[in-house]
Amino acid sequence: MSAPVKNIKAAKAPAENFVSTTNACKLCKPLGATLVFKGIEGGVPFLHGSQGCATYMRRYIISHFREPMDIASSSLGEKQAIYGGGPNLKKGLLTVMDKYGAGLIGVATTCLTETIGDDVPGILGEFRREFADLELAPVVNVSTPSYSGSHMEGFTAAVKAVVEQLAQAGEPNDSVGCFPGFVSCADIRHLKDVFASFGMNAAILPDYSETLDGPALDDYEKLPSGGTPVAAIRALGGAKASFEFGATLAPVGEAGTAAGLLAARFGVPAHRMGLPIGLRASDEFFKALESVACAPTPRRHALERGRLLDAFVDGHKYISQKRCVIYGEEDLIVGLTSFMAEIGVTPVLVAGGGRSGRLKAAVEAACEGLVPEMPEVREGVDFYDIADRARELAPDFFLGHSKGYRLARELNVPLVRVGFPIHDRFGGHRLHHLCYLGAQELFDRVVNAMIEKKQTDSDIGYGYI
Amino acid sequence: MSDLIFEERKDQIHRKGEGPFKLACNRDSLAGAVSQRACVFCGSRVVLYPIADALHLVHGPIGCAAYTWDIRGALSSGPELHRLSFSTDLQETDVIFGGEKKLYAALTELIDRHQPKAAFVYSTCIVGIIGDDLQAVCKKVSAEKGIPVIPVQSEGFKGNKREGYLAACKAMFTLMGTGDTSDIGPLSLNILGDFNLAGEIWIIREYFERMGIKVVANITGDGRVGDIARAHGAALNVVQCSGSTMDLAKMMKEKYGTPFVKVSYFGIEDMAEALYTVARFFKDKDPGILVRTQELVKEELAVLYPKLQEFRKDLEGKKAAIYVGGAFKAFSLIKAFRHLGMSVVIAGSQTGTEEDYEELASICDPGTIIVDDANPLELSAFLKEKDVDIFVGGVKERPIAYKLGVGFCDHNHERKEALEGFVGMYNFALEVHRTVMSPVWKFVPRRSGKVLAGEGADLPKECSL
Repeated sequence: MSAPVKNIKAAKAPAENFVSTTNACKLCKPLGATLVFKGIEGGVPFLHGSQGCATYMRRYIISHFREPMDIASSSLGEKQAIYGGGPNLKKGLLTVMDKYGAGLIGVATTCLTETIGDDVPGILGEFRREFADLELAPVVNVSTPSYSGSHMEGFTAAVKAVVEQLAQAGEPNDSVGCFPGFVSCADIRHLKDVFASFGMNAAILPDYSETLDGPALDDYEKLPSGGTPVAAIRALGGAKASFEFGATLAPVGEAGTAAGLLAARFGVPAHRMGLPIGLRASDEFFKALESVACAPTPRRHALERGRLLDAFVDGHKYISQKRCVIYGEEDLIVGLTSFMAEIGVTPVLVAGGGRSGRLKAAVEAACEGLVPEMPEVREGVDFYDIADRARELAPDFFLGHSKGYRLARELNVPLVRVGFPIHDRFGGHRLHHLCYLGAQELFDRVVNAMIEKKQTDSDIGYGYI
Repeated sequence: MSDLIFEERKDQIHRKGEGPFKLACNRDSLAGAVSQRACVFCGSRVVLYPIADALHLVHGPIGCAAYTWDIRGALSSGPELHRLSFSTDLQETDVIFGGEKKLYAALTELIDRHQPKAAFVYSTCIVGIIGDDLQAVCKKVSAEKGIPVIPVQSEGFKGNKREGYLAACKAMFTLMGTGDTSDIGPLSLNILGDFNLAGEIWIIREYFERMGIKVVANITGDGRVGDIARAHGAALNVVQCSGSTMDLAKMMKEKYGTPFVKVSYFGIEDMAEALYTVARFFKDKDPGILVRTQELVKEELAVLYPKLQEFRKDLEGKKAAIYVGGAFKAFSLIKAFRHLGMSVVIAGSQTGTEEDYEELASICDPGTIIVDDANPLELSAFLKEKDVDIFVGGVKERPIAYKLGVGFCDHNHERKEALEGFVGMYNFALEVHRTVMSPVWKFVPRRSGKVLAGEGADLPKECSL
C-alpha cells in the first residue's frame, strides 16, 4: 500500500548564485514573534494579516510542541487589503480582550500589512484613545515583514519590542533579565533552576516553558498559566543586570536587542554571550552568574560540570574525529559547533538559514585551537545547498532539526535532533541543550548515535560496545 | 459556557431539534476569533500539491513555501518533485522594485534543474499587492522551455480555502485538452478529489480495475501532468471532496460534456454506493459490471464485517465529535461511527455550504451541535459539554482534544493511515478503538477528577500539628 520514499534527486549543480530557494532552512519572521508573545503571562499572539498566516504558524508550532497554540488574526480580506486593515485590527483586539481576557496582546505584522502600509503603532494609538474609558490590556507591537529576515530576526525583534514598550525607569531592584533566544521548554525550566540556585530573581523572556508545555487539564485554558509576568518585564528598567545569549546578534552597543536597549536606556549592565552549549560556553555563563550574584557556583552545578567532564573522557573515543554537518538557526549552530569542537568531533559544514553576516567569525572563534581545519561556513543556505555540500563532505552524522531527516536518510547516517522543529520525533520541546546539564544530555545522545550506527552497520550484532 | 460563544457567531451554531434548521455560513472569519481556517493559497496548494511531476513554485516570501513543505501524506508511485518546497523567497528589494525578474530567473533555473512536465506558480498575498504580472512571466517561460507554466491566482487574502480550490481547478483546466486521448476506451473515468493520502487512491483504483474500468487521471493524488492533459477523454468524472474539485468537474462538463457523479470513499455505505453509482453509469456499455461490483462489495464486506463487530463490542455507546475541512467527510463519518455503535454529537466544518449543512442536519441525531468555522474556545466548550470519547479532526484540533483528555483521530491531510475504501474502514475502526480504549483516559483530570498533584492534598492528620 505504501510506496517507497525515494531520495531527493541528486542533480549536480553549483550551489552558488541560485536565485530560487529549495527546502528552506528558515521560517518566516512573524513566527518567531508569536513564540515570544506566547511566552508572556496572559499573552495572546496576534497576527495582523490574512487568516492563513496565523493558521499555518499555529499548525507548524503545534507539530513541535504538541500543545494548543492560539494565534489570533485580523483576518484581512480583499476589501481591507485595499482600504487598510485598521478597523479589523481594532475589532480583533477587542474580540481577544473580551473572549480571552488577555493579559497582553502581542501584535506582529505580516508581509501583507507591511506592504499595504498599515501604520500599526498609529492604529494602536487611535485604539487606545477611542477606548480610553475601558481598562485595556497592554498591547505591544513589532514589525515583522517576512521579506526581511527569518523567524529568528522576528524572535529577537519581538523580545526587544516587548522590553522597549514595557520596561520602565524605576528604583533599582534585585531582578535580572535573561533573554535566552529560541530555546526549548526544558532549557527554560533549567535556566530558572540555575538562576534560583544562585538566589537570583530572574525574568526570563520569553518563558513558554509552561504555556507551551503544560499539564493535562480538565478544561481548555484560554490563557495557559505560566509565562513572564508583565510586571517583571516592567521592572527590568531597574534590573541589576541582564543576560543575553546569541553569538550572532547585533553588538550590545548598537541597542538593537533587548539587552542593548536596557543598557542604553536604563544603564542595566549587559552580559552578552553565545548560547551556553557545551563546556566552555557554560563556563562563561556560570562565571557571569558568579560575578552578578557575588557567589560561587552552587555545588549541584559544579557536580554537573564534573560529571560532564567525566563523560567527555569516558566517551571520547566513540566520537573522536567523527565528522558532522550542523545546520539551523545561526546562534544555535554556533553553540553546537563550539561544543562539537571541544569533544573532538570535526564540524565539516556549519550552515545557517539566516544572514546575520556574523556567522563565520563566530564559528571560527568557537573552533579556534580545537579543530584540525576550520569548517566550511555558509549563511543564507537552503537544504538544496546543504544536500549538495553534504553529499561531497560525507559526514558521519548530522546535528540539526527534523528538516534534515530525508538527507540523513539518503546518506544513511544518523541525525541527532536538536532545536526546532522536531516533528518527526516525540518530545522535542523537552530536550535540553543548555548549560552543563544540557551538554550532558546532548553528549550522551551524540555518543549513542555513533554507537547505534556501529551496531546497526555491523554483521556481528554486538550486544556490548 | 455561553460566554465562550462569540456574539457575532451565534447563528453559525445550531443544535438539532432546537427550532427550525438555519445556519449562517460562507462568511468571512471574525477578526480576533482564532479561526481554524486557512487562506486562498492553502486551498490551491492542497489541491495541486500531489501532482508529482510538476514543479510547484511559490512566488512570495519564504513562509508560505516553508509551511507547506512535504506536509501532506500524498504519496507518489513515481516522481516526487511535489515533496520539495520551492520559493522565490522575496526580499525587501523585490517588494520595492517588483519580483518579476526574480520569478523569471527562479523558474528558469528550477525547470532546467528538475525537467518537470509542467510548472505551477502560486501567487501569495504580497504578489497581489505589488502587482507582479505572473501571467506574462509564465507565458514567456512556457514559450522558452516548451512546457506548460501555469499561474495560480491564490493571493491569500482574497477569500478562504474555497476560492483557492477554484483557482487550482482553473489552473488544471488550462492543462486539459492537450493530451492524446485516442487509446482511451469507453469504460474509463477520472478520480477527482482524492489526494492519495497514505496510498488511498491506489485502493480505489484497484476497486475500479476489478470492476473492469480504466482510470485515466488521478486528480490529484499520485497525479501526473500528462494524465490531466488527457483527462477530457474519460467517459466519467467521479468526484469526491466536492468542495475542492467540483469546479473542475463543472468546467469539464461544460466544455467536453463529461458527466460527473459525487461520491465518498469513507465508510461502508458510501464506499459501496460509490462503486454502485459508477457501475450503474456503465451498465449499458458493460452489462456484467453490476454483478461484478456486487461480488466485489460482498467479498470485501465478508472480510470486514466480522472484524468490525469485534470493535463494536467495546465501542458501543461511545460519543464522537467531528470537525473537518469540508462537510462531505462529516456525512461519511457519521455513518461510519454508527457501524461502530457510536453516535456523533458534534459535527462541524471550516467551509461547508448551506446545502452541506442542511444535509448534515438531516442525518444527525437530535441534540447534535452543528457548527460552521469554529475556533478552539467553542470546540473545547462543546467537547466538554457533550463529554465525548473521541474527536476527529486535523493537527490544529489535536491539542484541543488531548489537553482536555479526549481521544483523537487524524482525518486530515497529514494522516499516515489509509482511511478510504473497505480496508480504510477497518483502519479507521482500529484507530478509533486504539484511542478510545486506551487506559490513559482513566488518569486524566477529566475522568479522575485530579488536576495537579498537591492541589487539595489529603494529608495525614499529623501533618497539621
